[in-house]
Amino acid sequence: MPDSRQFTSLEKKIIHELQQDLPVVDRPFAVVAEKLKVSETELLEKIRELIADGTIRRFGATLRHQRSGYDANAMVVWEVESERLDKVGAIFASFREVSHCYQRPALADWPYRLFTMIHGRSPQECRQIAKRMAETAGVESYSLLFTMEELKKTTMVYFSEVG
Amino acid sequence: MKERNETNAQLDDMDRTILNQIQSHFPVETRPYLVLAEKLGCSELEVIRRVQNLKDREIIRRIGANCNSRKLGYTSTLCAARVPAHLMKRFVAEVNSYPGVTHNYRREHNYNVWFTLIAPSEQDIDRILDGISEVTGVSEIISLPAERLFKIQVDFEV
Repeated sequence: MPDSRQFTSLEKKIIHELQQDLPVVDRPFAVVAEKLKVSETELLEKIRELIADGTIRRFGATLRHQRSGYDANAMVVWEVESERLDKVGAIFASFREVSHCYQRPALADWPYRLFTMIHGRSPQECRQIAKRMAETAGVESYSLLFTMEELKKTTMVYFSEVG
Repeated sequence: MKERNETNAQLDDMDRTILNQIQSHFPVETRPYLVLAEKLGCSELEVIRRVQNLKDREIIRRIGANCNSRKLGYTSTLCAARVPAHLMKRFVAEVNSYPGVTHNYRREHNYNVWFTLIAPSEQDIDRILDGISEVTGVSEIISLPAERLFKIQVDFEV
């Protein structure tokens, strides 16, 4: 596993604070800086660094529903031979209806190695998207796991010990 | 579901432009809303008013950082559990009580509950899952950590 590094106490405090919700005021970073007892300039520089090195993957607004108008989504899991994972993963990633695509391990009763989240306007459309993906990539065994109920959706709070 | 469509219908072009800008390109500047205002050709106050309104309507859930857990030295995994109906309520309450569980869904499958778990180490993950099994009596929980990321789309056109 690559590239986790040591973070300074200030960096941890900044990361922890930015997991919360930035106030909607003309100088939001000044409010955060004051709380952390650093200058606004230093805070802005640190945030830009953390974005540049990929520690912060995205900085901005998280919407309640990530895809407006796309009511149905399904996790689709795919049984793919090890030697074809690279190719099939790349094909699936190229579909605009796919928001996430991961490779995961196979277990005794779990043969599916590729996981995709697909978004459509209806369950029927999700099935059609999955069928198209299966045909394009030449995968025969797959399963759609529709969301029945959202039980929790929240933001991880990192470094809570310094907050 | 219907309610959401109505909410979206109430967004005007300016709201949409703002949402599309601030999902990934929230200006990391002293006066971020002034930077946006200059791009959009309106006043800073107008942008602030609209963003506050979008938060009040809960279209914006939060403004902040989304971090790469691995870069921070944390470990994450996707877990699936086979939960019999009579244990469902207790299982969900127990799983959701962990701050490292950020997403949890009931799905149509033999493995009917799927949740993400973030923790400082793999040992912590194992310990948490053993603890959940012990407390709830649900023994069939599998952990499927990502081996490779092909795609993660972080923002969506509104």
